[in-house]
Amino acid sequence: MSTATTNAPQKRSFTAAASVYVNERTSIAGFVKELGRKAFPDHWSFLLGEVALFAFVVVLISGTFLTFFFQASMAEVHYNGSYVPLKGVEMSVAMASTLDISFDIRGGLFVRQMHHWAALLFVAAIGLHMLRIFFTGAFRKPRELNWVIGFVLFILAMAEGFTGYSLPDDLLSGNGLAIINGMIKGFPLVGTWMSFLLFGGEFPGTDIVGRLYTLHILLLPALVVAFVALHLVFVVVHKHTQYAGPGKTPGNAVGPPILPVYAAKAGGFFFIVFGVLALIASLFTINPIWNYGPYDPSPVSAGTQPDWYIGFADGALRLIPPGWEFVWLDRTWSFNILVPIIAIGVFIVLALMYPFIEAWVKGDKREHHIADRPRNAPTRTAIGAAGVTFYAGLWAAASSDLLATHFSLTMEGVIHALQAVVILGPFVAYFITKRVCIALQKKDREIVLHGFESGRIVKLPGGEFIEVHEPLDEYERWRLVSFETYEPLMLRPNSRGKITFGQRLRAGMSRWFFEDRIAPVTKGELEAGHGEHH
Amino acid sequence: MNPKRRRSMSENRKSPMNRQKRRTGRRHPLATVALLALGLVFTGGAYAAFSTGTAQAESSANSQQTIDEGKKLFQANCATCHGLEAQGTKEGPSLIGVGAAAVDFQVGTGRMPMQMQGPQAQQKPVQFTDEQVKQLAYYVASLGPGPDIPADHLTNGGGDAANGAELFRINCAMCHNVAGAGGALTEGKFAPPLTDVSGVHIYEAMVTGPQNMPVFNDMNISPEDKRDIITYLKYVQDNRSPGGFELGSIGPVAEGLFIWIFGLGSLVAITVWITAKSN
Repeated sequence: MSTATTNAPQKRSFTAAASVYVNERTSIAGFVKELGRKAFPDHWSFLLGEVALFAFVVVLISGTFLTFFFQASMAEVHYNGSYVPLKGVEMSVAMASTLDISFDIRGGLFVRQMHHWAALLFVAAIGLHMLRIFFTGAFRKPRELNWVIGFVLFILAMAEGFTGYSLPDDLLSGNGLAIINGMIKGFPLVGTWMSFLLFGGEFPGTDIVGRLYTLHILLLPALVVAFVALHLVFVVVHKHTQYAGPGKTPGNAVGPPILPVYAAKAGGFFFIVFGVLALIASLFTINPIWNYGPYDPSPVSAGTQPDWYIGFADGALRLIPPGWEFVWLDRTWSFNILVPIIAIGVFIVLALMYPFIEAWVKGDKREHHIADRPRNAPTRTAIGAAGVTFYAGLWAAASSDLLATHFSLTMEGVIHALQAVVILGPFVAYFITKRVCIALQKKDREIVLHGFESGRIVKLPGGEFIEVHEPLDEYERWRLVSFETYEPLMLRPNSRGKITFGQRLRAGMSRWFFEDRIAPVTKGELEAGHGEHH
Repeated sequence: MNPKRRRSMSENRKSPMNRQKRRTGRRHPLATVALLALGLVFTGGAYAAFSTGTAQAESSANSQQTIDEGKKLFQANCATCHGLEAQGTKEGPSLIGVGAAAVDFQVGTGRMPMQMQGPQAQQKPVQFTDEQVKQLAYYVASLGPGPDIPADHLTNGGGDAANGAELFRINCAMCHNVAGAGGALTEGKFAPPLTDVSGVHIYEAMVTGPQNMPVFNDMNISPEDKRDIITYLKYVQDNRSPGGFELGSIGPVAEGLFIWIFGLGSLVAITVWITAKSN
């Protein structure tokens, strides 16, 4: 590069010539200049979204291969492929073609396993990415809408997954659809109609695989791609958040520029993700449909579970005590199904709306570009921990039978323990997390004011022993003191001299959020502290 | 439960040639009652006289000497709970009429003598030699008619795996899992994995219904179908998954744990490496 620019401008290198050629025809230079110099802060937790994105790319590539061979038909055939224990068994074309992909098409099983593993990774990476965003407060203004878009992507990813693992029409996927059928029928009045509409008649019918296939390869991927694009545009528009540090202000973004460093890293990282998935797919079986056999409404295998991301819904159904279904007004009211659906619905809506709720409670209309350390927002972190506990309890409940067998417990004991975890656990988690956060903040204060314990014990001439405290370096101190605290809102009458209910609610919520708080060390305190010790 | 069980037991000691004809006759409900009464009267008395009628499979095994040896073993190892004459006590059920198959299964898999009372008898290392197991089995078989140890052609896995797989999914998989990986039952009971159980023991379990397992008698699942089921299970035992490590064959829970811990875990480690400062 340098030789091309300094020595002989007329004798350009190939890269330079190609760049000029492309730019003269597309005027892309302005775009590259704008985007290529965008800084991307470097932190491992900022790459979790990329893991999700790259896993999705792997899903798209492997899925395209699978569409070449999969036939989404529920017509009946007798299997005549290579897998002996299914030879001659009657099954749908969908199942038979999936078996052919697994046993008779070169590389088919590898790609099928890669597709499924990548899908699991896709949703898992989204989950971890969302937790990072939540606990660092990266959803605050101006990024609230991007949180919503991300949340929609999470739900779309779950829908993609569910429609996907229902396609092979094996016993496990049929059991999953049977549960969905039951849940839909649990809705009062309209349930049965909706079920017949979805399945084209009585469950299971002969339509559902074809319909799910259209959703799985056409509508849902298009939506995911569109929302991913929007998500990324917003990331560029907002700039990336960064953790507090010297020189990092709300107005800048410190890190390597996208071109060339960051693009190279990210591009390489894509191949790493691809490679890890290829390794997993080649070594570990996933969804061995040949064990499950074709769908038949009568058998259900022990250990029948959905894929992990639907587990929380399955767990919610398992945790409902018996007897919540009764007949009233000549209709069956299935509260054993409605209560989990409502509970999960409320949970999802609260999580989706959380950025707006927190902003309203704070009355904060400023932009925030510095990511919080979780301890510095104790109430938010505690709410997050409560939500994680709730979700994890439901999630664990989906494997209640396996917990029982693998840890030599009774199934009833596991269920009752998890019922307690789901209902009481969030409160316990909230309380513990909040106290831990405040304790950590106190520790930070202590360290900023007095330095950290060096472990060096010194005997003074007078015979007194002291431990030497070493002061922090400036960089570390900056990290520990740069955060914001909020104080509870004052309840004030509005312009007409009234205190509205909304105001009272907000003041109450604000008190709940910010009553217990640790303020960052101020400059004055720091100087006073230094004076004391030196 | 009981009458049915006895019926299948008395049927089992008849020779296989008669079985087909007799079964159709016995389908009549009154025939059951009559046969039961007859069976109880006859077998009770007749067995004392010629107790060698039980086992055709190994005619040399059930000599009086074998039975005597079995009785000694029984009185030393089993009588505490099952009583000196296998008549049963508060601690353990009567073994009169359970047949050689039940003993061969329970003792041969190490479940008996039982380690401790619990939701169900746990497997432990087998305590007796094969010969001793057989001696015990024929002693118990000599006390009353019951299912015999099955013949080799039914348990060697030479049947139709596809038929067996289908029967297994319909009759067995709800407790034992489609791949025979085992599953949970209520109150701490469980269906054990079938991944290393021998064909003979699988057959015996089906005809005797050990622990919490129901009895699948020959009218429910024919001996040939049982052979097919064993064939399928042997296929699963002998052929590892074509997709790689099975992760316990317990389904999506293991897969989910794997992708979170090892898949996402390794990628998070890589993100830390990628963003590590160079110095």
